[in-house]
Amino acid sequence: MTQKSLMLQVRNLRKTFTLHGRGGVQLPVFNDISFEVSAGECVALIGSSGSGKSTLLRSLYANYLPSAGEILVKHHGEWVDIASVEARTKLEIRRETIGYVSQFLRVIPRISSIDLISEVAISGGMSSEIAIEVSSALLRRLNLPEHLWNVPPATFSGGEQQRVNIAMGLVRPYPILLLDEPTASLDASNRESAIELILEAKSRGAAIIAICHDETARDRFADRLFDVSQFKAAA
Amino acid sequence: MKALLEAESVGHSYPGGQLGCEDVSFRLYPGEVLGVVGESGSGKSTLLGCLSGMLEPSNGIVRFDVGGQGLRDVFSLSEPERRLLMRTDWGIVRQNPRDGLRMNVSAGGNVGERLMAVGARNYGNIRNEALDWLTRVEIPSSRVDDLPRTFSGGMQQRVQIARILVSKPRLIFMDEPTGGLDVSVQARLLDLLRGLVRDLGVAAVVVTHDLAVVRLLSDRLMVMRQGRVVETGLTDQVLDDPQHPYSQLLVSSVLQA
Repeated sequence: MTQKSLMLQVRNLRKTFTLHGRGGVQLPVFNDISFEVSAGECVALIGSSGSGKSTLLRSLYANYLPSAGEILVKHHGEWVDIASVEARTKLEIRRETIGYVSQFLRVIPRISSIDLISEVAISGGMSSEIAIEVSSALLRRLNLPEHLWNVPPATFSGGEQQRVNIAMGLVRPYPILLLDEPTASLDASNRESAIELILEAKSRGAAIIAICHDETARDRFADRLFDVSQFKAAA
Repeated sequence: MKALLEAESVGHSYPGGQLGCEDVSFRLYPGEVLGVVGESGSGKSTLLGCLSGMLEPSNGIVRFDVGGQGLRDVFSLSEPERRLLMRTDWGIVRQNPRDGLRMNVSAGGNVGERLMAVGARNYGNIRNEALDWLTRVEIPSSRVDDLPRTFSGGMQQRVQIARILVSKPRLIFMDEPTGGLDVSVQARLLDLLRGLVRDLGVAAVVVTHDLAVVRLLSDRLMVMRQGRVVETGLTDQVLDDPQHPYSQLLVSSVLQA
């Protein structure tokens, strides 16, 4: 890539939780975080447990509401602050621009794994036949045993759920990907398939922000590290 | 995209000054599902009444994109216009199926009646379409000619949904759609509603006190307390990172299953 094209700009982001039920106690997480991510680049968030890596990632997905600052996302060629834009646009950004692989599977219950994944693809305008094909190919690459495809993931092992998660996040070519421990709870060969998929997403130009404690895996796909703990807000 | 439904500072007080709801504003777009949660007496059912044309607000304006012709004040429509709206563009799923069904008319008749109300006259077509919709909500075809009162609560609720969807509404109002049903029946009904909302692309306003229902069905959430909206946002954001003291209390009061 000759010129880096920015996909995400975080500016002066702060997150403090206020617990009203506990007399309004304030839990500061981080303050004044700024960074940028370009297309085809992967930034790994580092910092000890509790430093706010997941809180930051959830804020980027508009799952958490930042207390101050901006999260500018390149959406349909325009810069949009996902923290402050109206709900309808947040949903559109999630549908079309940002994919999220969460650490803990939170999916609609009672829906089979293959349907969960293909629904994501269909929401991007794929026909249902092609969506099933693409989803199947992805699950095959991730080595999820075929007899599990038609089962809802609720009863799966951690590693099996994780592969459904990864497939849901990667089935569409999102321009921005948020990965929260994508390779945790995977064995060596499955971890390799996951890493390959992440590298492919990167080479097609996805801007990736990842949390990954597994340093060997992280070194394979991360271009640089971003230490969240240095923004620890004072209590 | 044009808004489908718009509430502007909607408020309603009951005779005697009892406050129902106050200063509620939002816009709903085609295909969007808005959840409204709050405890009993928070004004959510009053609001639903105002939005769905059943209760004239004492303040504010409710507008709907009537027939795709642009937003019009729902309460300035003539009575026939409003009734047509309720039978075509709108569907109201009541908490108690007895309020939404005619109990002395067969299940098929209940569904067919909506079609006749919008001008369908061919008996064969009406019956086929009614059968088709009853199958989609998982009512066995052998029960089509039975009276709803011989059905279980969950089945009655599904007949009510078929009756509403047969006229292909663009907006559905649901008042505690799973209230009074067993948990397993609730689950199936929710799966059905979720599938229908997604496949048909209808917009919906869902009023409930059950956070699991909105987590599953709604894109956006509005939390009400004492007649006022205290918080709005994406459903998962309001449930995972509630800002207002009352939303925090509401979310923390639910046992994690």
